[in-house]
Parts: sequence; C-alpha cells; structure tokens
Amino acid sequence: MVQERTLPVFQATSAKISKAEGLMLYEDMILGRFFEDKCAEMYYRGKMFGFVHLYNGQEAVSTGVIRALRQGEDFVCSTYRDHVHALSAGVPAREVLAELFGKETGCSKGRGGSMHMFSAEHKLLGGFAFIGEGIPVALGAAYQSKYRRHAMRDKSADQVSVSFFGDGTTNNGQFFECLNMAALWKLPMIFVVENNKWAIGMAHERASSQTEIYRKAAVFGMPGVEVDGMDVLAVRAAAQTAIARARAGEGPTLIECLTYRFRGHSLADPDELRSKAEKEAWQARDPIKKFEAYLLEQNLANQEELKDIERRIQAVVDDAVKFAEESPEPNPDELYRYIFAED
Amino acid sequence: MAETLLFNALREAIDEEMARDDTVFVLGEDVGHYGGSYKVTKDLYDKYGEFRVLDTPIAENSFTGMAVGAAMTGLRPIIEGMNMGFLLLAFNQIANNAGMLRYTSGGNYKIPMVIRGPGGVGRQLGAEHSQRLEAYFQAVPGLRIVACSTPYNAKGLLKAAIRDDNPVLFFEHVLLYNLKQDLPEGEYLVPIDRAEVVRPGKDVTILTYSRMRHHVLQAVKTLEKKGFDPEVIDLISLKPLDFETIGASIRKTHRVIVVEECMKTGGIGAEIIASINDRFFDELDAPVLRLSSQDIPTPYNGKLESLTIVQPKKIEEAVEKMMALQI
Repeated sequence: MVQERTLPVFQATSAKISKAEGLMLYEDMILGRFFEDKCAEMYYRGKMFGFVHLYNGQEAVSTGVIRALRQGEDFVCSTYRDHVHALSAGVPAREVLAELFGKETGCSKGRGGSMHMFSAEHKLLGGFAFIGEGIPVALGAAYQSKYRRHAMRDKSADQVSVSFFGDGTTNNGQFFECLNMAALWKLPMIFVVENNKWAIGMAHERASSQTEIYRKAAVFGMPGVEVDGMDVLAVRAAAQTAIARARAGEGPTLIECLTYRFRGHSLADPDELRSKAEKEAWQARDPIKKFEAYLLEQNLANQEELKDIERRIQAVVDDAVKFAEESPEPNPDELYRYIFAED
Repeated sequence: MAETLLFNALREAIDEEMARDDTVFVLGEDVGHYGGSYKVTKDLYDKYGEFRVLDTPIAENSFTGMAVGAAMTGLRPIIEGMNMGFLLLAFNQIANNAGMLRYTSGGNYKIPMVIRGPGGVGRQLGAEHSQRLEAYFQAVPGLRIVACSTPYNAKGLLKAAIRDDNPVLFFEHVLLYNLKQDLPEGEYLVPIDRAEVVRPGKDVTILTYSRMRHHVLQAVKTLEKKGFDPEVIDLISLKPLDFETIGASIRKTHRVIVVEECMKTGGIGAEIIASINDRFFDELDAPVLRLSSQDIPTPYNGKLESLTIVQPKKIEEAVEKMMALQI
C-alpha cells in the first residue's frame, strides 16, 4: 500500500451549520448511499444493464458541493459516475432510477442510461462518459453566464458552473485547456476533482508525475484547494468559498477532494488491484458515519431524527423502484425522435 | 445589387445575424484581432467586442466543447475552424456532444451551433490542410452538413444555418473565397436542406457540391457544344440529402454521375449511390458513375495534386461514356 497523503485538517466546528442544514446534508448523503445500494441490487437482479458506476464512499463530495449551489440555477456537469450528482442536483430518484431501467419516464427518456443522466430543468448538463469531455461543456455554461452579464447586460446572470471529474481525467488535455481558458477569462467555474486514487486499475501515482492535483491550479494563476473528501463540511466550506469567488466575478477555483470509492470501478469490475488494507483504511473513514457522529456530538440531531431520515429515504428509493418498474418502455415508433431539434 | 466576394458574403451573413440576435457569437482561432484566416470576421471584433468575437487559445476540442455548453444553455455559437482539417482535433466534441447529445439526453437540450470554415483541396497546401471532413462526419447522427459554393448561396445558407436549432457543419472551400457575384440588396435566406438545380437538362443528372460544382460547369460548357444536355444539381445539403430534388431529376434523366472532391472510399458519393439504389433503382438506365478524389493523402507536388482531384476533362469523358451506353 502506497503511503497515503496527509489529509488537510479542517475544524468542523468552524463551519457553524444550523440543525436544518445538518439534516439536509445528512439526508442528501443517505439518499446517495441508499440509491446506489439499490442500484447494485437491481443490477444483479437483471433490472438494469450496461456499465454501472456506483458512487459509494464519495457522497461527501456530491453533497458538499452541489448542496452549496443554488438549486435549479447553477450548472452541474458530471461523468459516467453520475447518479448521485443528479440526485444532489434535485433530479427526483424516480427519474434517475427509471432512466437506469431504460424507461420513458427516465430523466433522459431511456435514451441515455447510467452514464448519461440529463436534466435541463435541474441544470444538470449531463453525465459525460468519455474522460474529460464534460469539462469544456461546463466551461461553456460558465462562459454563457459571463456573456449574458457583460455582452447582454443581464445583471441577474451570476450562475456558477461546476464540473466534476476524477483523478484519471487530470492527465487529459481538456483538463489543462479548460483550466487555462477559465482562468484567462475569469469564468464562474469550479473544477472539482474527485481523487479516489484509482482510474479503474491505474493507480494515480502510476499515471501522474505530480500527484497533488490541486497544485496544478497555481500555474494558471488559480486557487487550488486540497480538501478531505470524506468530510462533507470541509467540502462544503471549500465549495462555498469557490462559489462566492465565482459569483463575484473573481474567476475559477480547482478543488481536489481526497476520497475513495467503496466499490469497484463499475459493477463489472472484479476490483482485484486495490489492497484489502487500503480499502479498510478508507472504509473506516466513511463520510456518512463521520458526519453522523458530528451531528450527534454537536447536538444538531439525535439518533431518532437520523433514523427517521433513513426510513424516509428508504421509502423514497423503494418508491423509485416501484415507479421505474411500472413505467412504460419508450415507444418504438419514437426511435428517431430527438435526433433533431424539431423532433 | 452589389458585387460581393464570397468571403464578404459570409461576413455579411454573420454581421447581419449578430446584429439581429445578441445570443449569436463567434469563437475560434484568430477570429477577433486578426479578422479570421480568410477575413470572414474582419472588423467584427471592433463592432461587437471581445465577448461576441472571441479569440480562443489553440485548443480545438475544448473550445468546441465550450461552444456545445454555451449552445445547451441558450447561446448560438459560430465556431470558425481556421482550417476545417483542424477540427479532427475536435472530433469527440463534434460527434459525441454536438451530434449525439440531444438524442442521448432524451430531448433535454438543443445544440444550436454552426461550425464553419475552409475545407477542401487548395493549391499545394499539403495533405493535412487539404481535408474533406464532410465524408468523415457524415455518419454522425444529429449533425446537419452543408457546403456552400457561390457568394449568393454562401450568404443565405450561413444565415439560415445560424438560425437553425441544430448543430450545422458548414463547409466553405479554400479556393472559392474570392468568387464574385452580384448579391441582392436586403436580407435573404437560402434553406439549408434543399439542393439547387444549377442547370436544368434532360440527358444525365450530375450531382456535385462545393468547388466541384465549378469544375462540372466548366465541363458542361464543352459538353453543350457537343450537343449534350446535362442537368447539374448542387447538393448543398450533404446531410440529410435532398432526395426530393435528386429523385425528380433521376425520374427525368435516368442516369446519374456523382462528382465529388472527397475520397472515393466512404465518401459522400458512396452514400448517395447506396441511397439511389435503395430508392430509385428502377428509374436507372445505367449504373451510377462516381468521380471522386483518389484514395491518397493529397500530395504537395502540383502535378500530383491535380491528378488527385477530379478535373473537368474527366467529367466530360464520363458524360460522353454514359451517354454512349445503349439501353
């Protein structure tokens, strides 16, 4: 096992969250976790197909960043590991699960699948399945905000655009090209690296000459922040600073979240390369357990309130399964629909 | 009527559309300060400012993806490919995102964008600057592909392409920018999905596009003197193909020759012939003939280069040969 990076220290009490915020964050992480567990179950029961990449372990990143945005106004751009980003952005669990079942009621009408969740209503720019290709798209949304504000004199145009991607993507040209353009034009853009240490079977330190990704921001004159990606409050605080900066017209930020996926790359991955010791070390830092302990410690919630949330979210997920199962398949007569804008 | 060079016709189209709709903007390499490699965006930077005429770093795939994101969120970008060949570097964004994203998203997003610039074989520009990407991109679902050929159609087509809600690949030809033509005063549009009957005739249908239109017309001058009466159709829309116009012509002439500048293998002509066989086989009195560029990287040497693309003489011979066939 490679020596782990020392995690940056974050004083959780400095976050000063309210009870309502605490419960909201907890609920969002529980939704992500329960939803993905249900996906694994449904995949093995033959209800969904293709490549399915689950998010277990990384919940603090999705919740910490997306729940600090203005829901339905700011833009979220995801990857092939996109279910939970979609949920945090407000896409109903029913629509995400129906998409996974390939149903007409899915957020992409059953045309997209696991890696291609889209919702214009929730400003989810999409799940992009090729490495790095979502970053320029998110940059375009950020450019659009700035364009409306300056070229069209729309003072309300202060929307921020967030692009999520993994450590593997940070060796791809689109990452560097977009860091450059975002900094050059001071775009309201946030680059969020979910460094889970592994690009399928390629260990990060075997692929990157400089493994500390947040340092790559500096050469573009951009703030680069390293954050404990297993700590939702640390992620949230970093996101809030970056969002405020972006909204104020001060430009982009790169946030590197040190995190870990608790499952294989996809449900088809035998996951043979990661050591047991490494997995156990990160499992012990489960972001949900960590935050649960914090909420209890700070008297922001009691056991019963948290159990209530879990029961409620379990019902939401079960309802999503029922909804997806009962939903119709796409109409074969509409095979060609949506190719062109007129359809 | 004002005599206008083709590059200025394109410039007028962009200028008029930018004045009409403030969501329209241009981005690409050297489109701003420099005015575009063929001066299609000359002075627009001064008129519209840096946000609307955006000089980008040399990062084709990323600025193309950026345009996709801007189009998804309500703007109408026009990308200038300094040379269309460079857009091979943006193939992923054009194919996966400009072309397919609307469908993959189940109709969540529209991608109203134009990708335009100089393509085709120029004069001794070497293989990389002499690409015919229309053939490479024709298989991508969701893209519209248009090729202009005269100042008149260049202006009207580009204006229509900018107003279209779909991603449009708009091919200009590097050797046609200085064509001159009297253009009407005032605004006009040319539909991007219709072929143009350039010369009506009854003997044989010649389907062509872009610069080859002019090679065909040169050949037709000689053929007319020899008593032939070919019908010349400029396809304009390479995807989707206008089978209404093509079909009407085939029902009249029953013979077809395709003249194209792309390579033979996997070319536009290959698709046309397959589609004609599907749709109009019973109308044909002779097998469809195809004149294409050679299947080689375009050589630098001038003589080899002229041997690579179709010359008017070859078109004359093809028409004569086809008309000599007895049915």
